[in-house]
Amino acid sequence: MSTDPQWKNPVIRWVDDRLPIFTYMDHEYQQFPMPRNLNYFWNFGALASIVLVVMVVTGIMLAMQYTPHVDHAFESLERIRRDVNYGWLLQYIHMNGASMFFIVVYIHMFRGLYYGSYKAPRELLWMLGVVILLLMMATAFMGYVLPWGQMSYWGATVITNLFSAIPIVGDWVVTLLWGGFSVDNATLNRFFSLHYLMPFVLFAVVGLHVVALHVSKSNNPDGIEMQGPQDSVPFHPYFTAKDSVGIGVFLLFFAFFVFYAPNFFGEPDNYIEANPLQTPAHIVPEWYFLPFYAILRSVTFDVLFIPAKLMGVLLMFGSIMILFILPWLDTAKVRSARYRPIYKFVFWVFLFDCLVLGYCGAKPAEGWYLVLGQVATLYYFLHFLIVMPILGKIETPLPVPTSISQAVTGSGGGGAAGATAAKMEKS
Amino acid sequence: MRKAIITLISAVAFGVTGQAMAAGGVEIPKRDWSFQGIFGSYDRASAQRGFQVYQEVCAGCHSLNYIYYRNLMELGYSEAAVKAFAAESEVEDGPNDEGEMFMRPAVPSDRLVKPFPNAQAARASNGGALPPDLTLMVEARIGGPNYLYSLLTGYTDPPADVEVMEGMNYNAYFAGHQIAMAAPLSEDAVEYADGTKATVAQMAEDITVFLAWASEPNMEERKGMGMKVMLFLIVFCGLLIAVKRRVWADVH
Repeated sequence: MSTDPQWKNPVIRWVDDRLPIFTYMDHEYQQFPMPRNLNYFWNFGALASIVLVVMVVTGIMLAMQYTPHVDHAFESLERIRRDVNYGWLLQYIHMNGASMFFIVVYIHMFRGLYYGSYKAPRELLWMLGVVILLLMMATAFMGYVLPWGQMSYWGATVITNLFSAIPIVGDWVVTLLWGGFSVDNATLNRFFSLHYLMPFVLFAVVGLHVVALHVSKSNNPDGIEMQGPQDSVPFHPYFTAKDSVGIGVFLLFFAFFVFYAPNFFGEPDNYIEANPLQTPAHIVPEWYFLPFYAILRSVTFDVLFIPAKLMGVLLMFGSIMILFILPWLDTAKVRSARYRPIYKFVFWVFLFDCLVLGYCGAKPAEGWYLVLGQVATLYYFLHFLIVMPILGKIETPLPVPTSISQAVTGSGGGGAAGATAAKMEKS
Repeated sequence: MRKAIITLISAVAFGVTGQAMAAGGVEIPKRDWSFQGIFGSYDRASAQRGFQVYQEVCAGCHSLNYIYYRNLMELGYSEAAVKAFAAESEVEDGPNDEGEMFMRPAVPSDRLVKPFPNAQAARASNGGALPPDLTLMVEARIGGPNYLYSLLTGYTDPPADVEVMEGMNYNAYFAGHQIAMAAPLSEDAVEYADGTKATVAQMAEDITVFLAWASEPNMEERKGMGMKVMLFLIVFCGLLIAVKRRVWADVH
């Protein structure tokens, strides 16, 4: 990347000759070509990065007041809420921010599924996204333990106990996680330490995710590649303006929960201090883990030589791991569901299946709920392992437009393309 | 857009099912509370009566651990009145210059004095049951203020087929219906300073308002700031949409 002659300021030139950050920013965030037909679902990546920054900033400030000790953690949270200046605001933003993060990221992922954003050449981009999801889940889980309420404690107990299902080394792993022989002060301390560390790891992977995105460029609702300037608009001002609209509306949504329903996503039980001697009637994870919790609990019988508990754990982790190989499980040549009539239907069935799993995860694993959860779990895996590979082979896609400008204007797009090109020179 | 709506609804539905599931199967009647709604605030007169009920009835067994005497000024009491409340109780302080612990009257910067020094003492005086701390009671129960009100007014004779265990009491709204706490409120259990008739329903309502305040004293500040933030964001969104349309005008 050589220095762009547009830099007239000698200081900027001097810096840019040695470290081309100005040229880089100009290239990647100003001139960067974006498909001109993106809809508002392409806002969610930007929204996710905004939430990450909000979480890190509020989290750092909360950590200044929080005490990671079993005797003081719960009380220190009440102190933050009652006596720290705007502590209640920081805590509610951070607490609801976790839910916002998952809402945004789940929409971001389903958008990718719908428009086939995970397919070549974006496989690595998608896989980095799955790594981000895993890191988010680990971070959210450990963060939920920190208030040291009843759900914190019992959720930590249930989830860390899962690792005991691993053959041979299971118990050793659990002891390592706990730092002792039960969830206790050592556990709280290491979770606090890791909860502080992980967002920065997350930042690094998000960086890689963005670099990969800037190599392959954004997918778009038509799922076809940009072929020239007539198909694209520069990132600035078009997507700075469009992303800003999304951010504004999202902040309204976020603020509504922070100011008017701060405990909507939470469990009342977590306002009771952790008590190792008293198990809550129903231990439920936060809403964003419910589908995975349903998968975990769906295995009630041993499969061949694998005990039911281990099988449940394998399926739960498998339900995310399978996303890594999705780019190869989907055999269709056409990306976007817009031109895949059967996949479009299958997509909604799959989304519904995930909602059913979430519903079952919130209910006790017994009777009808258990059966429903088992059926939904089975379909979850069938979707990836059977439906996606076969559908790509047998489905007849609709005719795909030859270019984005054709899809936008409905014709060759000569006039409109000319106007865009003129605009690009202007900006 | 359709997908966004469905996904948001599902997120909301998960939240609701997640909260409703532990409700224990008893329908809790809903009541109107002064502190509900986007402009809601705590009814100070009711909260002060509730504090009186707490002091004269609840405080014999239940602590209010996260409340300091100084917090009571938020309920409309004067500094002198709060100092007087505090001075009625003694707290242990020290060590002094001789290394001795000593007792002194409480001051506004002290926490409300606990009825029992520790959980064991509390259990020993209550037939083995531990009276929970009440500071977060409204937030820590499904149904919140409605549950608390229902519980306090829910003491009835047990149905014919229910045998109430030794030392327990029948309550229509408590999970399992058998609660160690005997009916705490009875007609005219307190004599209200403002002359309000102290019926069980009135006292239950007042103590609920007081404990709702205790669970979240910053609620009014939160809602007030929320209004400013929402209004700002609505105007800001309008501007952003206008800018976006202007920028995109020659592409569409």
